[in-house]
Amino acid sequence: MGIIIGIIRNILEEGSIYGIMTMGVYISYSVLKFPDLTVDGTFPLGMCVTAALISSGVNPVVACLIAALCGAVAGCVTGLLHVKLHIADLLSGILVMTAMWSVNLVITRGSAVVPFYNMDTIFNSGPVTLLPKGLYTWRVLIVSTVATIIVKIILDYYMKTKSGLLLRATGDNQQFVTSVSKNPGMMKIIGLTIGNACTALSGSILSQVSESANINSGTGIMVMGLASVIIGSSIFKKVNILSATTKVIIGMILYRACLAVAMQLGLPTNYLKMLMAAIFTVALVANNTLSKEKKAYEKPE
Amino acid sequence: MKNRNNESSNGSAGHYVQLQHIYKTFNKGSINEVPLFHDFNLTVDKGEFVTVVGSNGSGKTTMLNVICGSTQIDDGSIIVNGKDVSQLKEHQRASFIGRVFQDPGKGTCPSLTILENMSLADNKGRPYGLTPGIKKRRRDQYCTLLEQLKLGLEDKTDVKVGSLSGGQRQALALLISTMVPVDLLILDEHTAALDPRISETIMELTDRLIAEKGVTTIMVTHNLRYAVEYGNRLLMMHEGGFVLDASEDEKKTHEVSDLLDLFNEISIECGN
Repeated sequence: MGIIIGIIRNILEEGSIYGIMTMGVYISYSVLKFPDLTVDGTFPLGMCVTAALISSGVNPVVACLIAALCGAVAGCVTGLLHVKLHIADLLSGILVMTAMWSVNLVITRGSAVVPFYNMDTIFNSGPVTLLPKGLYTWRVLIVSTVATIIVKIILDYYMKTKSGLLLRATGDNQQFVTSVSKNPGMMKIIGLTIGNACTALSGSILSQVSESANINSGTGIMVMGLASVIIGSSIFKKVNILSATTKVIIGMILYRACLAVAMQLGLPTNYLKMLMAAIFTVALVANNTLSKEKKAYEKPE
Repeated sequence: MKNRNNESSNGSAGHYVQLQHIYKTFNKGSINEVPLFHDFNLTVDKGEFVTVVGSNGSGKTTMLNVICGSTQIDDGSIIVNGKDVSQLKEHQRASFIGRVFQDPGKGTCPSLTILENMSLADNKGRPYGLTPGIKKRRRDQYCTLLEQLKLGLEDKTDVKVGSLSGGQRQALALLISTMVPVDLLILDEHTAALDPRISETIMELTDRLIAEKGVTTIMVTHNLRYAVEYGNRLLMMHEGGFVLDASEDEKKTHEVSDLLDLFNEISIECGN
């Protein structure tokens, strides 16, 4: 029983931490319709920046915010490459992702893994110390859930502001943005900035759970994020009470659950990325089939 | 709104929109080079409602694109309400030009609700910041505007625009294009993609809106009857120039059949 609770707790922890990244991917992919590969570079960026800052004694919350800011800058660069230099969306992401590899190595001073054991993190310092002893094993879940909810509330609020509405309009119909006298390119840059800030923050929090940063952790982040976005938004398509951000977070939890189940059934770790790609493919195909049926149904007009 | 009107009435009455010595060649320097405009000129007076007809490839839509800034010109100048706008980008010109496209999908955002679409359009010319996107107290005002369309949209303010019919979307696009007062309204075959009945409704609505706002309008259409019936000046384009420029009085003497004859004449000339 204890083992099962442990597994479920682990799924929820990872689900909510990666959930922040998923909300970022949701903004770039679903809202802006921009397949942003930068996230594969900004996720480890968030980790590396956090490792460097926490090792040198910076407050962990401040480290989270600076990591998010670094992610934002990377996203902004992708946006500028695409909008100002007219490089195709996928390519601009790949370019920044590739460049991030070097940036991350510079930050970690050349090592692939940077441990920062026994330093203050958001999971062992600050408000967490006030938690009762009995909840100590649940502290990771509690802190990461709180962080995810804060990000979710901020994003939900933003989506309802004028700027947020215009961001949604940009993904929908760029001509409309132009006709309200705004530059759609500018909105794309803003969206990518927000998306990558979320991704880096997610990396930052995950690195504080394991108390180490891994430069290789970015591989497959985009695939994971996209799969969760698609799973979450297609399963709960008809559920109007849930906001889009909640849907994609639940999507991520389901996704982590699939992975966890596979691992428990004895899948070797080496096949993990293969499984991630397979789940993504299934989600994509299922989503395509669903929307085709929907289109056929909506046809009579 | 009042200020805007005063401002424009103070401007020079004539020559409100001027296209001067416009040159435009497509695919310049390539084997597919298509010269279109060679010293092209057009003057539209304030408050004029100009209808433009012409065969495919005559340059009607390019002319609109040139005015709106979605097509760059090789040479020449574009003046709207006394300002030279040639150097402005498309989205900058959009602050004083409203435009409705042939494709009903272009004027609205499908995944936003009617209310959200209207709120965004209503905010044109002001910053899009972190204040709430929808002002609750404007809701009634939007509903009143929607009621004028007589399409029942006032009961659907929270419905996503993507689920509306093409005609409803086009009516909304038309309404949205003039929510904030504009100097010039551009209608780019905006009834061409609709069925005849809806097309009629949209055209009546267009006429009413233009009369109400007194906005200077250029309408491109393939429907010769609309071109004759509506507006107070008629232009026929052919190969990047005008073959007919009829003022309101002259226009009255034209019948659709006359136009059709002229149309056929120029079409035969180019072998269509």
